[in-house]
Amino acid sequence: MNIWLGTIQLGVKSLWLHPMRSILTVLGIFIGVASVIWLLAISKGIGDEAQRQIESLGADTIMIRTIKPPSEKMSAQGLTPYGLTREEFDLLSTSIPTVKSSLPIRELRRQFQFKDRKLDGRLVGCTPEYFEVNRLEMQDGHFITDADCFRRETHCVLSAKVAERLFLHEDPIGQRIYMPENQDFYMVVGVLKPKGATAAVGGSMAAQDFTNDVYIPIQTLHQRIGDMVMSVRSGSREGEVIELNQITLRVNEVADVKRTAELVESALSSHSKMEDIAVVVPLELLEQARTTRAMFMVFMGMIAAISLLVGGIGIMNIMLATVTERTREIGIRRALGAKRKDIIRQFLIETSVLSLAGGITGILFGLLCGPAVRGARWLAMEWFPEQMAGLPDVVRTVEPSIVPESIPGAFLISLIVGVVFGIYPAMRAAKMNPIEALRHE
Amino acid sequence: MTQSTINPPFVTKGYACRVVDMKKEYVLKSETVRALRGVTFDVPEGDYVAIMGPSGSGKSTLLNMLGCLDKPTSGSLWLGDDDVAQMNDDQLADIRSKRIGFVFQAYNLIQQLTVVENIQVPLFYQGRSLSKEQHAKTIELAKLVGLGQRLDHRPTQLSGGQQQRVAIARSLVNNPYFILADEPTGNLDSRTTEEILQLFEKLNDEGRTIILVTHEDEVSKRAKRVVRLKDGRLQWDRTNSQEVREAAAKYAIENMPVEE
Ligand SMILES: Nc1ncnc2c1ncn2[C@@H]1O[C@H](COP(=O)(O)OP(=O)(O)O)[C@@H](O)[C@H]1O
Ligand SMILES: [Mg+2]
Repeated sequence: MNIWLGTIQLGVKSLWLHPMRSILTVLGIFIGVASVIWLLAISKGIGDEAQRQIESLGADTIMIRTIKPPSEKMSAQGLTPYGLTREEFDLLSTSIPTVKSSLPIRELRRQFQFKDRKLDGRLVGCTPEYFEVNRLEMQDGHFITDADCFRRETHCVLSAKVAERLFLHEDPIGQRIYMPENQDFYMVVGVLKPKGATAAVGGSMAAQDFTNDVYIPIQTLHQRIGDMVMSVRSGSREGEVIELNQITLRVNEVADVKRTAELVESALSSHSKMEDIAVVVPLELLEQARTTRAMFMVFMGMIAAISLLVGGIGIMNIMLATVTERTREIGIRRALGAKRKDIIRQFLIETSVLSLAGGITGILFGLLCGPAVRGARWLAMEWFPEQMAGLPDVVRTVEPSIVPESIPGAFLISLIVGVVFGIYPAMRAAKMNPIEALRHE
Repeated sequence: MTQSTINPPFVTKGYACRVVDMKKEYVLKSETVRALRGVTFDVPEGDYVAIMGPSGSGKSTLLNMLGCLDKPTSGSLWLGDDDVAQMNDDQLADIRSKRIGFVFQAYNLIQQLTVVENIQVPLFYQGRSLSKEQHAKTIELAKLVGLGQRLDHRPTQLSGGQQQRVAIARSLVNNPYFILADEPTGNLDSRTTEEILQLFEKLNDEGRTIILVTHEDEVSKRAKRVVRLKDGRLQWDRTNSQEVREAAAKYAIENMPVEE
């Protein structure tokens, strides 16, 4: 099959006669292939991050959050209690058989102080289950224990950031931090490792950010702070009466999640009038995110495919010009014994060489997607820090993740583009009458 | 191998080709051009034929048929045991690559190939990879036509005469039935014409069959035989005596313009 090798050599040689023209044609395919890989990698990166955040909520959990009801539902005078209650927590954790464990949470904005160092953060009243449900990890000491809860100890656990800010280089374990709003001291029993934010759990709720957290037993919080909390916001005093901000339920098996969620909703149906709770099922979010991501990727893939199509038309355009330009050569080859299929082969190989050159370089450039995006982001951070700060999180944090199938896919598509867009010019070349082709000037 | 069932195959041994009542019509929109109206003649092996005739008399058409570039409308063309008139496009291409040597007025070399590569083109289309002997033979041929020093030159780096000599070497590479040349000296000055004619004579002396089209008497007198066409028919067919050929050669050399 040396005629193939010979023809490939010949094709490369012919293309090299017009290097600029060939390179520009290759560029068309190069851009198409690279953009297939890039767009897919970036959209997968965005989708993966969203999915990772949702997954970190736990696919086997159901979260019920207290939300602030619309203002017209609140009475004008005094403070209206709203949201989840301890009674409901007991009901949910004991009466639904598929619930494996349950976690009550109360959250407050509080100031924390050690010596002269102060920090605004989130005080979280919870039970030991919190540690496992949120996949926290200890840096030092231990998380709050059942005994702490039972005895309503004034023990607390600090997030990495709080420990660092308040204690600098001192060992926080055994020290007491002060909460000026309650004029109360809490002893540090543990420090956590740093942890990234999870997904925002629906509606009005912000992403769960663990950076400035201090954890205490929820029973201690109930006893020492109570349900009514006053705070000073932009000059005016504001208050709320809430027993629990969140209940997180863990279900025995992921398959039980949907059924359990329905039970929970019916158990809490009394809240529907007040609109003061939201049930969040991460599994459903996950499924939604999956379909959204798939659609996003198909859409991006289509955009990239269009640029490949444009590249293919570029190839066809060049090859048609080449065929006309080389009519005489075709005539000579035919006169010297080339069959129609030899001519078709010659021109198809030329287009395939062009498109494969574009395909291979495009793939190589596509593989550089990750470092290139990181590099570009770093440069942008260096040069335009303010503008970058204003951009949405995804732009600042996205890590492209190359879709493995996009590599052979892009390669195959570039080959197909070469053949599909090369076949018509090649047929035209082969159809020429050798005698007339020889006469062509 | 296709054989006419009506006519038993000719005895083709000893003949480079045999043409029997060959007709060629070109059907155009407004009219039908009858380029050949029934031509019959034989070319024995080792012959050297000049085809003459006024412009439009069908010389090129006849040569294209002999070269299997086109098929006659009717009649037969026997090459060896095959009637070319019965062949399809691929079979014709096969014959061209294996048994026909073409030389054109416009040289028709491929610009991006070197001298050696141009000579090898017909072998390329024989479908087998080039053997060492074949490669050696192409270099031999380049030397034969006096281009042993220019093997890697491209056509643009050669003079017209040199290009035509490459074309002649190329026409020999597949050991053809005959060399067909359509006005091979039409673009050349008289000195280069003489070089080419001497090359043809040398090849003919070695036993090669040559058929060339020309409208110059000086060229036709150098051939062994002259066939004249008129309006698509054979007007006459006669042999040049040895004296005529030698006189023409002598005349050409004596009247050669002095070199600067
Ligand atoms: N492809 C063609 N289509 C139509 N007519 C043609 C074609 N080729 C040749 N002819 C006609 O056939 C006749 C013979 O042409 P040709 O063989 O080229 O003559 P010559 O070579 O003797 O000058 C001319 O009248 C020419 O116009
Ligand atoms: Mg002619």
